[in-house]
Amino acid sequence: MSQQNSLPAPEDDRPIAKSRSVDVVVLLLLLALACLLGWDSTRVGNAWADDGPQAGYFPFYLSVLMGATCIFGLTRLLVASGATADGFITRHQFIRVIQVFVPTLAFVIATEFLGLYVASFLLVAGFMWWIGRMALWKSVLTSFLFAAAMFLTFEIAFNVIMPKGPLEAAFGF
Amino acid sequence: MEAFELLLQGFVTLMTVQKLSLMVVGLILGVFVGVLPGLGGPNGVAILLPLTFSMDPTSAIVMLSCLYWGALFGGAITSILFNIPGEAWSVATTFDGYPMAQKGQAAQALTAAFTSSFIGSLVAVILITFLAPRIADFALRFGPPEFFAVYLLTFCSFVGLGREEKHKIVISMTLGLLLTGIGMDTVSGQLRMTFGFTDLLRGVNFLVAVIGLFGISEILVTMEESLALRGHAAHINPKVVWETWKTFPRYWGTIMRSAFIGCWLGITPGGAIAASFMGYNLAKRFARDKDTFGTGRIDGVLAPETAAHAAGTAALLPMLALGIPGSGTAAILLGGLLVWGLNPGPLLFVEHKAFVWGTIASMYLGNIVGLVLVLSTVPLFAAVLRVPFAAIAPMIVVSCAIGAYAIQNAMFDIWLMLGFGVLGYVFKKLDYPLAPLTLALVLGSRTEDAFRLSMIGAGGDLRVFWSNGLVGTITTLALVLLFWPVIGSLFERAGKLLRPVGKAT
Repeated sequence: MSQQNSLPAPEDDRPIAKSRSVDVVVLLLLLALACLLGWDSTRVGNAWADDGPQAGYFPFYLSVLMGATCIFGLTRLLVASGATADGFITRHQFIRVIQVFVPTLAFVIATEFLGLYVASFLLVAGFMWWIGRMALWKSVLTSFLFAAAMFLTFEIAFNVIMPKGPLEAAFGF
Repeated sequence: MEAFELLLQGFVTLMTVQKLSLMVVGLILGVFVGVLPGLGGPNGVAILLPLTFSMDPTSAIVMLSCLYWGALFGGAITSILFNIPGEAWSVATTFDGYPMAQKGQAAQALTAAFTSSFIGSLVAVILITFLAPRIADFALRFGPPEFFAVYLLTFCSFVGLGREEKHKIVISMTLGLLLTGIGMDTVSGQLRMTFGFTDLLRGVNFLVAVIGLFGISEILVTMEESLALRGHAAHINPKVVWETWKTFPRYWGTIMRSAFIGCWLGITPGGAIAASFMGYNLAKRFARDKDTFGTGRIDGVLAPETAAHAAGTAALLPMLALGIPGSGTAAILLGGLLVWGLNPGPLLFVEHKAFVWGTIASMYLGNIVGLVLVLSTVPLFAAVLRVPFAAIAPMIVVSCAIGAYAIQNAMFDIWLMLGFGVLGYVFKKLDYPLAPLTLALVLGSRTEDAFRLSMIGAGGDLRVFWSNGLVGTITTLALVLLFWPVIGSLFERAGKLLRPVGKAT
């Protein structure tokens, strides 16, 4: 783990967001989701027919319950202002989370076009070299072995089909 | 004696080269997964589930349950050597396990942990062996109303007994229930909450959600904390193992107590974590010198490990018998059963005897093989933790993506997994519990189906849930548990009034 300590050098402990603010945003988003799903369930039919509930009955009342609970949570947060002022994430932590999230996102996008195996080769090699600051040859070798092992395990041995791209096509897979 | 015969048949089913080698592979992968930071039992099982899609159900469950035992053993390694609990139920193991490692007794602590896990599981498996045939008889009395009542009981017990803030539990649970509603309604065939997106027609697969919620989010959390791992070395040799085993008879009371607690709590959902803490606390209470707990006592390792593994194993009984997972990993195994076309529930014991008894036999065999395997390979697995996280993190991400894609061969599921990863990360940071969400995703649609089928059967009359003693008891118990915080405080108040004034302490 020594590699990781050499990431961004100075420890920056200022929180860039308060837990309370993030909680409020999450609750508002969930409230919006509840309204959307509740509206859709009304469209499907949320009444109680002769033989029990219609298709939209459960989703509708669950949306109502979730919405109500979100409102309860929101009022609690707003009434008890200042009581929970602890930080959600510090700047330093945020950078590290982004350092792993952005490559993951890029990996998923790359999978769409290049197939999973090439994308995973790029992700592992790139991450080790760029974020982990390891030697280039080490990163590329590890990553190639990993991608090859995955290919042999899933595609050949266990017959599990993964998204493939132009490179695999060139080899006839 | 019927159980004994069926069990023997189960062993016969297992005795093929293919199944035994799958068992060893499963165990090794399981320990590996349990040791790696960012991959716990449920997650590892979810990611490796696709490997089993082309196998027959019995081989598949043998491999997966061995993965499960392996992950449980692996959790003990990280708790003791690195002070990092692999799973929530290994937390109590770190209390005395890590101090023992600091004192240079890592080998003793590990031997104690592995052996007591083995004993705990063994007691639970024996219990399962003798309860299972009875469940099969009981099974035939279960119809839709009974199933609904049991599901209701599970949900209510989470809300009523959960330690987190109640509104967070309810939000997490309703979100999960709503997500399972997406897609085609199984009763009427109508489309719900799809908003015209064809990718949503399939609905949200809960395995995809679990991989995101636990796998991806765990990577984000681990990266954020940037744990500096400082572990202790451990070399186990047969002499140490024998010396440690010789001290065991002294602690038989502790071990049996923990095993009993574990079995009891494992059958009630979500019990393994509570079991490990309860096992530890009871060992402490019954000990003569309480103050030395936490400084590296061997029974401080024995007690929580026995309880946690008894609970983890016992959790498979309600999973197989009622389709209710008692733990996160049991939930994944349940998902696996559905993929292999088996319907967990009472009828499984009647219709798929070979599968059920093969599973139970593999619990015995897997634990024995696992014990030998981990005792002989600890240094190897401890070395895994010294591999830089920057190399492991992207590999875990790739494994998660493979796991998510393979379930339904859908690229959309990889995106969904990423979304759940972010959701899980935010929920973890804000103390929203993830267990109710997972549980709701697993049981949601089955609960709704059970409810609507019983409504169709009863012509829309809600009294069907009190129509006989069995279903009535379960439903009432569910409601009592839901309002337990209120009822509990009433009892407490009544108790205060009744207690003699002078004796109040």
